[in-house]
Amino acid sequence: MAKFSCPDCEFVYDEALGFEREGYASGTLFADLPEDFACPFCYVRDKDEFIALDDSD
Amino acid sequence: MKSVTVDSPAGTITYTDRKRWLWIMSMVYPLIGVTGVIAHAWSEHEIGVALPLLLAYTVIPFLDFALGEDLNNPPEEVVSELEADEYYRRLLHITAPLHFISFFVAAWWVGTQSLSWWAMLIMAVSAGMASGLAINTAHELGHKANMFDRLIAKIVLAVPGYGHFCIEHNAGHHRQVATPEDSASSKMGENIYAFAMREIPGGFKRGWQLEKKRLQRRGVPVWSLQHNDVLQSYAMTAVMQIGLIIAFGWIMVPFLLIHNFEAWWQLTSANYIEHYGLVRSKKDNGKYEHCQPHHSWNSNHIFSNLVLYHLERHSDHHAHPTRHYQSLRHFEHLPTLPNGYFGSYMLAYIPPLWYHFMDPKLVDLKHVQRDADKLNILPAKRAALIERFKLKSGDSAGDTSVAAAA
Repeated sequence: MAKFSCPDCEFVYDEALGFEREGYASGTLFADLPEDFACPFCYVRDKDEFIALDDSD
Repeated sequence: MKSVTVDSPAGTITYTDRKRWLWIMSMVYPLIGVTGVIAHAWSEHEIGVALPLLLAYTVIPFLDFALGEDLNNPPEEVVSELEADEYYRRLLHITAPLHFISFFVAAWWVGTQSLSWWAMLIMAVSAGMASGLAINTAHELGHKANMFDRLIAKIVLAVPGYGHFCIEHNAGHHRQVATPEDSASSKMGENIYAFAMREIPGGFKRGWQLEKKRLQRRGVPVWSLQHNDVLQSYAMTAVMQIGLIIAFGWIMVPFLLIHNFEAWWQLTSANYIEHYGLVRSKKDNGKYEHCQPHHSWNSNHIFSNLVLYHLERHSDHHAHPTRHYQSLRHFEHLPTLPNGYFGSYMLAYIPPLWYHFMDPKLVDLKHVQRDADKLNILPAKRAALIERFKLKSGDSAGDTSVAAAA
């Protein structure tokens, strides 16, 4: 499971955890997030701008 | 004075936030509504209820003029320490109940005194003005990742009856800001009254749609008090306001209607002046460029910033929405409002005056350089404004037809 970080704020999307509040169940792959996904903290960075983290396992 | 000390590659940096204790002004400012009740009780003259309006629209603009601007920024190296300091967050938490106190005191005064119609009207407007500040408190808290802060934001939005604000503002306004599509970004040539007709219903609609979409993704019912954040806040509003009608009778109906509208109008006023005429360019992929500091009108006027949790440093806020109020920065060469928000609102309320001061500033901004394509212009006034300000335009051949089509 990989992790992806927002380039503007501290939000990290962890595929293992998903993001329940926004409707993404744990285990939801980043690739499976909708194309209009935006950072749920700052809302000003889009899915295609997220950065894959090196420490993903 | 409390200082923050951090070690950086450039050496040890010590920073003292000189505004640290002054932020208490933002915490107590929502009690401005109560000053009218005190002035009335003390002076035994009904005109005392007008004190909050006098303070907001004459004393504060004068202090902004007299005390001027604050250009101080915290060094970037200390920002994480500054934002981790719980003191700043606690002030916001204490502000929340003060909004309820301000609202209930005003309602109680109107419900128990035999005020003349004009004094009741001023009380309702003053109370609404104070409750509009609850949107400001919710604004700061609603941008945080912390669920407790977001919960307080939702609760405090029950005071102005604006429960849809957080989702509408974060996922709606921030995503679309400074584009013609945003119902909360005003256009050059659009007066504040026409803007309100677009911004208020637009906000309710977009907030509801975004919350509906979120709940549908989660697979839970939309019409559910258990899940729907907007409905939860509206329900609190309904309980409070129906309770007041039961407690104090029908006098509460006009009071609450005016109060609610005035609270919403405070947000409308802020939205109107914050992005007037500014637009983000589209990139080759059809998406808008990121919001830069020059896509918001900024004000560094020290006094009104100190009573509004730095809301007026709006340029940095939109460029980096999760940045905390205590660390918002000033930048050089920003679109700059002529006064703080309260003084600027008064200009906006008189559209010819607003256009007179703001349109020349807008077209001569460093990143605009009299290019109509770098402005968010009301389509119906596009041709006339291009002509009046001698603007460059990529669609100059089609100017007349654009205006005619609108």
